[in-house]
Amino acid sequence: MSDLEQTAGTPGPKKINVHHLTRVEGHGNIVAEIGTDGQVEACRWEVPEAPRFFEAMLLGKHFSDVHQITSRICGICSIGHQLASLQATEDAMGIRPSIQTVALRKLALHAENLQSHLLHVAYLVLPDLFGVGSVIPLASTHKNELKTLISLHRMANEFSRVVCGRTTHPQRLVPGGFAKLPTVKDLETLRRDLKDSLSGLQTAVDVLASVAGAIPAFTRPTEYVGLVSPAEYALLHGHISTSLDQTRPAGHYRDVTNEYMVRQSTAKWTKNKMGSLMVGALARFNLNHAYLTPRAKAAAKALGLSAPCHNPYMISVAQLVECVHSVEDSLALVDGLVARGIKAEARMDIRPRAGKGVGTVEVPRGLLIHAYEYDDQGRIVDADCVIPTNQNHGNIQKDMDALIPDLRDLTEAEIELRLSMLVRAYDPCISCSTHFIDIRGGGGRGSMVRFVHPN
Amino acid sequence: MASKPRIAFFDFAGCEGDQLQVANLEERLLDLLEHVEVVNFREVMTERSDDYDIAFVEGSITTPADIDRIKGIRKRAKILVALGACATIGGVNCMKNFMDESVYRTHVYGPMARAYETIPARPVSAVVPVDAEIHGCPIDKEEFLRVTKELLLGRTPWLPDYPVCMECKAAGNICRYELGRPCLGIITRAGCGAVCVTEGAHCWGCRGLAPHANLDAAKYVMIDRGGFSRRQVQDLLRFYNGYTSAPL
Ligand code: SF4
Ligand code: SF4
Repeated sequence: MSDLEQTAGTPGPKKINVHHLTRVEGHGNIVAEIGTDGQVEACRWEVPEAPRFFEAMLLGKHFSDVHQITSRICGICSIGHQLASLQATEDAMGIRPSIQTVALRKLALHAENLQSHLLHVAYLVLPDLFGVGSVIPLASTHKNELKTLISLHRMANEFSRVVCGRTTHPQRLVPGGFAKLPTVKDLETLRRDLKDSLSGLQTAVDVLASVAGAIPAFTRPTEYVGLVSPAEYALLHGHISTSLDQTRPAGHYRDVTNEYMVRQSTAKWTKNKMGSLMVGALARFNLNHAYLTPRAKAAAKALGLSAPCHNPYMISVAQLVECVHSVEDSLALVDGLVARGIKAEARMDIRPRAGKGVGTVEVPRGLLIHAYEYDDQGRIVDADCVIPTNQNHGNIQKDMDALIPDLRDLTEAEIELRLSMLVRAYDPCISCSTHFIDIRGGGGRGSMVRFVHPN
Repeated sequence: MASKPRIAFFDFAGCEGDQLQVANLEERLLDLLEHVEVVNFREVMTERSDDYDIAFVEGSITTPADIDRIKGIRKRAKILVALGACATIGGVNCMKNFMDESVYRTHVYGPMARAYETIPARPVSAVVPVDAEIHGCPIDKEEFLRVTKELLLGRTPWLPDYPVCMECKAAGNICRYELGRPCLGIITRAGCGAVCVTEGAHCWGCRGLAPHANLDAAKYVMIDRGGFSRRQVQDLLRFYNGYTSAPL
């Protein structure tokens, strides 16, 4: 705790304390310390979220329940957590899902990316660029634009529902495949909705382009980390790549993430070649932009985003570009599924075996990793999960450090806004970021946690 | 005319999926805003005020600081509504309650085991009186609208007192037990339309026990008749319903 006191009206020393930053998921604080000369001396990004101990809670759990438990880590990326979790379980059990399952899972991931990105760009970031405190005032000043954004978001939700059965915490995804499939008719309706949304997305691009001048010009090159694939803009599958280091198979994720703990945060931080690293839409764009669909490339151009981009405030722009990509790629996936026809596949009879597995998926906020070790009964003996927001915490702090000179001579309100916008750009999902903490922190084994199981 | 009722949203330990469901009302959220004034919704707005009539609270209480905070919210709110399984019944967070606290603390935080505070997870009603509950994981946005309307009209919101099986049969599902799979629909409070069964899974119990649910009979059905192991049944009962004095 700092002993600096806030003394109103006089020039420093004092603190700007943004307690529980708004328009982000979960709890985070920003602290800026202002010296006697009235200038910012230090900024701090703090995560005080109550820990939920998900990794510990997974111990002893059966493989058929695990993806449903991990779904509850985050309401916004519940599909992503399920997909990473299923991959890890299937990897451990030696299961390969069918082509149809992979296509449907890709759709599920696109649906979630759309849902989350649109929520973030339209409801959480745009108000800053328009200079208002929430999306609500835009209902009177930009009614038509807001209506378009709302209908896009509704389409994304409907997209999730058609593929996964529910927009949040879906029930259809199971190890090995789908417990219930969308019909060809469902997919045809979806195709129409996706096509219709392209013009709305164009409006969204225009709206964002019209206020792009309000995006701060700030750059700090960092290490960008994400999945890559020789075939596509990697989201569901790929190797782990970084802008500064070699590409590695998923199983070697620890060589890149290197988690460590700091006092100011209940969440862990990561670093690799530099002092910190970035995952998420901008990192993906920097690594994979060549694989974007044509309309997505055009959107990037219209929004002034070109690779490599080192401005973290541009993450939201990259998110909107990804929305366009997701819609176009989904259209191709739907066409493929409709052409082949949806086949009922028997529920896979999975015989558990002891083993380890890793799942890596690009979720809205970046690279998500689930790694499990199972016993021969199919129950978890060890779980490790690395969450995108955690990987970004260190980068947010380093950005804040580098931002200090830009904060010179700004008013307190402006300083607060500039710092809040930075954190919001990362779209941190803090309530999830702290849930997963390495249970081996003390050097012991997770299996030492005692269970009260009578059987 | 009296000014609009002021409503506020707060979150404790949870995934914020219930507030997301509220945001997912889309246009209808704007309609609702014609009848209420949202004064506190950290997830979507920057303005905040401590002057509110109805407080919607998501998440379980899991730290000593949470206890003080929820007491403060209770003091200021005329009506306090628990939102979603974590807030109404403790939810998935209570899985940790079955583990030894000192051990998992150390194993999660290692040398910093004492740096962060944590207490066994509990629902909001275990700490302060709650006026209404909106069940589910996540909540059903239609039910949120209905309950909110009823509260605005000064009524006590109605909740089904029968189990999910009723809705499951109405939905025309084949019973999971017929398929050799377990299901908690037999003792869980209805209101979701048996959505999980309809979508290919089974009921996990997210809406809490139905009033007068008979746990012993349920265990008899699942273990003796259904042939599921005690551990399978226990896993299912502890998925959401771990906060109870009943032996699970
Ligand atoms: S599937 Fe579950 S909810 Fe449906 S009737 Fe059977 S036990 Fe009840
Ligand atoms: S079926 Fe059961 S678990 Fe699913 S929503 Fe209904 S009460 Fe909750």
